[in-house]
Amino acid sequence: MGVLVKEAIDVPPKGGFNFDLCRRNEMLLKKGVQPPSFRKTGTTIVGLVFQDGVILGADTRATEGPIVCDKNCEKIHYMAPNIYCCGAGTAADTEAVTDMVSSQLQLHRYATGRESRVITALTLLKSHLFSYQGHVSAALVLGGVDVTGPHLHTIYPHGSTDTLPFATMGSGSLAAMAVFESKYREGLSREEGIRLVCEAICSGIFNDLGSGSNVDVCVITKGHKDYLRNHMLPNPRTYVSSKGYSFAKGQTEVLSTKIMPLREKVEVIEGDVMEE
Amino acid sequence: MEDVNAPHSMGTTIIGVTYDGGVVLGADSRTSTGMYVANRASDKITQLTDNVYVCRSGSAADSQVVSDYVRYFLHQHTIQLGQPATVKVASNLIRLLSYSNKNMLETGLIVGGWDKYEGGKIYSVPLGGTLLEQPFAIGGSGSSYLYGFFDQAWKEGMNKDEAEKLVVKAVSLAIARDGASGGVVRTVIINSEGVTRNFYPGDELPLWNEELEPCSSLLDILSSTGPEPMSI
Repeated sequence: MGVLVKEAIDVPPKGGFNFDLCRRNEMLLKKGVQPPSFRKTGTTIVGLVFQDGVILGADTRATEGPIVCDKNCEKIHYMAPNIYCCGAGTAADTEAVTDMVSSQLQLHRYATGRESRVITALTLLKSHLFSYQGHVSAALVLGGVDVTGPHLHTIYPHGSTDTLPFATMGSGSLAAMAVFESKYREGLSREEGIRLVCEAICSGIFNDLGSGSNVDVCVITKGHKDYLRNHMLPNPRTYVSSKGYSFAKGQTEVLSTKIMPLREKVEVIEGDVMEE
Repeated sequence: MEDVNAPHSMGTTIIGVTYDGGVVLGADSRTSTGMYVANRASDKITQLTDNVYVCRSGSAADSQVVSDYVRYFLHQHTIQLGQPATVKVASNLIRLLSYSNKNMLETGLIVGGWDKYEGGKIYSVPLGGTLLEQPFAIGGSGSSYLYGFFDQAWKEGMNKDEAEKLVVKAVSLAIARDGASGGVVRTVIINSEGVTRNFYPGDELPLWNEELEPCSSLLDILSSTGPEPMSI
């Protein structure tokens, strides 16, 4: 009897899930070990519809926790020749999801021979994000001009979408929305639109810690777009010296020179060419 | 900062009312993430077919996906049948999705429409995926403030204008008391004639107990002849 019981225990388990690592992670978390974090872009991104198209705007700061890890990154992503998309949230996710959908749109254009529509991009993005139930943390402002006119949408990480005449996203969205709410009106001209977008982004840059550096703008009109990279530089690099740092040649003193002939350290052995 | 990463939910007031000859659907227009109003002019009354609309509440993402699928199924159904889908079919499809995915979804919907077999009909599909045919239905966070009002004010055999007045009044009452509802009031009227969409701006809604006149700037209060601000 005792032997039977022992055998029943010794049989190695077949299949099933192993939760050892989950329990290890729980233990580590309880002991205060911080799990590694993703690169999140504390961001200000905006978009608006103007007289003859759509204008998108973004700041250029990428952060890793409290550290600015890129002072001039690109947050306005290409979707199609007539559609662009601003991304906030986890940098890897916004990059991956926009790249993936832009490739799907390219293939769709090859198949149909027609210009992509904004609603197609919207549907592809939202169905992907919804299927990941918010774990793909990409908050997007999608804008473009297609055969049916100018369109502006916001897409949230859980897959819900809104259609709006003006939109803001990211940690600086509140600061930017304050500008839009007080100054946006229907039928803005191109110059007025760009100025308002810049003002909204600057509001995020100066009032939100997660946003900073420069202003990128993308103006999309029927059959034409202008990607204005670093359209505004409200935070130019400053130096202690007014002339900046430049050094004449020979400024660094040479203390000693030593030349090591490497040849002597290598033994060359004659032999056959290595077999393939 | 507030929880901007919170799933988008529609703290909502949605209403569906039947009247003599059709239905009136009504909704507010506020979409919020935590404490932030993400969209103050959203459209929560979504078209499914020519003659069937749905009011959405709960998670914005979930309700959009459910209504997108049902719209797709109904279009296919309309083509195969060669005639418009009935309100019953539409609400049954919603029930089917809501019930079979009840663990994943967090959405309550009110379906309303008109068809030649049964006339104007309101069905509500609340959280668990049950299907209720009702003379009137209310939903969303704002509905808690409206049960008593509807028990008192809803009457059998109202006409179109009475029904729409009731809906606008009810939504504006809920907006006044429910923090998660606000913005404008949208209505959709569906009957044998077709569909009418109406829009009531937030500053033109009736003022209820202790509500103040709307003004776009605090400076307006200073220049107005109204009660002295900060006089208490």
